[in-house]
Amino acid sequence: MTLIPNSEADAAYIIRNAAGDGKKLALCGGNTRAGFGNSVEPAEMMNSTGLSGIVDYEPAEMVMTVKTGTPVAEIETALAANRQMMAFEPMDHRGVMGTLGEPTIGGVFAANVSGPRRFVSGAARDSLLGIRFINGRGEAIRAGGRVMKNVTGLDLVKLLAGSHGTLGFLTEVTFRVLPVPQTLETIVISGLDDAAAAKAMAAAMALPVEVSGAAHLPQTVRFRFLGGGLPEGEATVLRLEGLGASVSVRAEKLAAVMEAFGPVSRLGLEQSQTLWRQIRDVYPYSDGTLKPVWHVSIAPSAGHQLVAALRLETGVDAFYDWQGGLVWMRMEADPEAELVRRYIRALGGGHATLLRASDAARAGTQAFEPQPDAVAALSARVKQKLDPAGIFCPGKMG
Amino acid sequence: MADTISFLKPREAVLSRRAAIIADLTELLPPECLVHEARELVPFETDAFVSYRRLPLAVALPKTTAQVAAVMKYCHRYGIPVVPRGAGTSLSGGAIPQEDAVVLGLSKMSRILEVDYANRTATVQAGVTNLNISEAVGIDGFFYAPDPSSQLACTIGGNIGMNSGGAHCLKYGVTTNNLLGVKMVLVDGTVIELGGKHLDAAGYDLLGLVCGSEGQLGIVTEAVVRLIAKPEGARPVLFGFDTSEHAGACVADIIGSGIIPVAIEFMDKPAIEICEAFAHAGYPLDVEALLIVEVEGSEAEMEAMLKAIVEIAGRHGVKTVRESQSATEAALIWKGRKSAFGATGRIADYICMDGTVPLGKLSYVLNKTSEIVDRFGLRVANVFHAGDGNMHPLILFNANDPEDAARAEEAGNEILKLCVDAGGCLTGEHGVGIEKRDLMRHQYSEADLNQQMAVRYAFDEGWILNPSKVFPLDGRPAA
Repeated sequence: MTLIPNSEADAAYIIRNAAGDGKKLALCGGNTRAGFGNSVEPAEMMNSTGLSGIVDYEPAEMVMTVKTGTPVAEIETALAANRQMMAFEPMDHRGVMGTLGEPTIGGVFAANVSGPRRFVSGAARDSLLGIRFINGRGEAIRAGGRVMKNVTGLDLVKLLAGSHGTLGFLTEVTFRVLPVPQTLETIVISGLDDAAAAKAMAAAMALPVEVSGAAHLPQTVRFRFLGGGLPEGEATVLRLEGLGASVSVRAEKLAAVMEAFGPVSRLGLEQSQTLWRQIRDVYPYSDGTLKPVWHVSIAPSAGHQLVAALRLETGVDAFYDWQGGLVWMRMEADPEAELVRRYIRALGGGHATLLRASDAARAGTQAFEPQPDAVAALSARVKQKLDPAGIFCPGKMG
Repeated sequence: MADTISFLKPREAVLSRRAAIIADLTELLPPECLVHEARELVPFETDAFVSYRRLPLAVALPKTTAQVAAVMKYCHRYGIPVVPRGAGTSLSGGAIPQEDAVVLGLSKMSRILEVDYANRTATVQAGVTNLNISEAVGIDGFFYAPDPSSQLACTIGGNIGMNSGGAHCLKYGVTTNNLLGVKMVLVDGTVIELGGKHLDAAGYDLLGLVCGSEGQLGIVTEAVVRLIAKPEGARPVLFGFDTSEHAGACVADIIGSGIIPVAIEFMDKPAIEICEAFAHAGYPLDVEALLIVEVEGSEAEMEAMLKAIVEIAGRHGVKTVRESQSATEAALIWKGRKSAFGATGRIADYICMDGTVPLGKLSYVLNKTSEIVDRFGLRVANVFHAGDGNMHPLILFNANDPEDAARAEEAGNEILKLCVDAGGCLTGEHGVGIEKRDLMRHQYSEADLNQQMAVRYAFDEGWILNPSKVFPLDGRPAA
């Protein structure tokens, strides 16, 4: 049975009782990331879908408050009616995870889900201004607010963002939105290997042209984008957004510099929209399989080195977002967690999160990067202060 | 000296061991890194919130993370309070010590350790000044975005402690949005690293929690910050309006239009007069409110954005429009605004408030602010970051008159409550410190505050790190 509270008070009541009885709860929204994270100890499901609806939306202030079970699609529709958007481009995990269900805004923030614009406009957590949540004692807690600048007290908002339902049950979120850019264009540089692409993307980011997306799509995945419509060879893609006149001026400038790296072509508005949505949603690995998929966060210049090192030892396919700082890797067979994490450490650090794998592979793999002892101990103390009885998603994050 | 804000009672067990503690610290630090003579302690007795002063027990000025760790380990062992300090520019008393505390100053750790353009990061020691970073990378076409007014003096460590903002945060965000990693000494001397050159830290977002924690969770000794490619150019336009309502509505309309300027600064009539008398920037004196809107980009982009912005201002009855045709004219537009605090300081003492309100409430809060200040028989000048609703009313008073000072404090408190009641918060970028500590219950419920304090306990069970700050002194839960 799944518990579906339809008010904050209901949720608090359920949690208070669960804490009293020592009953474990697995918290979720639309559960579109089912199968992600470490296997949770047996627990009753509790989801936020009963808490739904836009509470407050002031387009002129670019701020929206919603209950956490609100479908992302409903929010996107309301924003689009005012030509606004969530700047952090939340990814839709259904394709890669092979799940159904309806992504909710609470899930987006609980997992700190961010798309291609993350490396210039911040992650979901950077747009999140305020939250209401129920802690493990069953108390309703408010943190943050609805203004952009706020340093009043400890920033529990950031702590809850990305805590995957292990610290509290989010009931309401207030976040910043941005105007939809008038237009966008994509510069494609063709035929670069991974190392050359890393250099080209770094060079692009050093120019004052405000690149808002930088991805590299090697040969193995290139055909999967735009129905095979990208030009011949590997594709290094750079996105420009903004006012029409400004985008074309910047595109000229960027193209002129990028020609030194390889042949340059350009994609217009509609193709660009499709391409970046496909990158956001990890389209090439939305393949209906359970081959392990890693989400690796690493220094942008090290992304391709990680993949090159792994290729010598195991079957791996990869493509790059965030200028190379986000590596999506699909393993042919085993997750090879030890190997992946050893090379990440050797390349200056970062972390690997196992997004998808078969149950058997998941059972033997830490989904989240293991932390150094002192940090792990600190995290455990923090968890204990929010969820003293340890009832929320026990074991999910480590 | 004002005295309405209290500090924790000094720990007798610490005060009575003063000589022994200093002797022990002498063992831990080179001689030039320890200050303990009464006369030499004076510069550390306050910060930019000068109405309050307390002499510390001693001041440690370590040169390495290992020395910071040694001092923390020692102070933790003996329950000695530690007050971290960068440049001491806090406007909320965040760095004011107390009689039983060791000030841990990071000013000797002021090196830029690495600049990595491929990854657009700078790794710096905590005592590096904010402006130093932008200066070091400017020649290569990069900058560090958060730009608090005190950027010439304030340190990155202090910026992280307070999650500092600045005029240009409208587009680039505040410190927390530009911070990728820290090396940090925990209360017991353990050294940890959070984040790095990659974009998202692993596990719980402890980095996000540490940023803006006002020195209560640990001592940051190094930081990895993001660098951004410098725009080709920046250009301001100045608007004068007959009423602050018109100016406020214009701000909301610009923001809502889809253009994100890098800065929108607001000044009211008293602020205009004070700044103009000092800076001779040619500000119009026949208007009630003035906006400075700055855009960035190439010539063509700036032209297009400014054209749209001037059109919007036209719809709100703008009375004066001054565009800048040259760098000199642009500098002149900013000159008055940038000298606001200095110019105000020449005519009176002032306290600077820092509440933030939703954009739709700007003119309501401005009007109410005038009413409050009038009621206390004081004057106020408003100069602030309008684009993000971060108000900075400067309440003018005479510091030599204790009653005047008390009235100013009281008026300030009422203004901050007004900001909270309007849907905003007590502090947008200066931090709570001691200044706003006793107002926290106006913004948060007991349960909210208890949850924050519980998390604080996870880092510092004995409550020795900057102990008199942020949370009301009464009602702190036992460990």
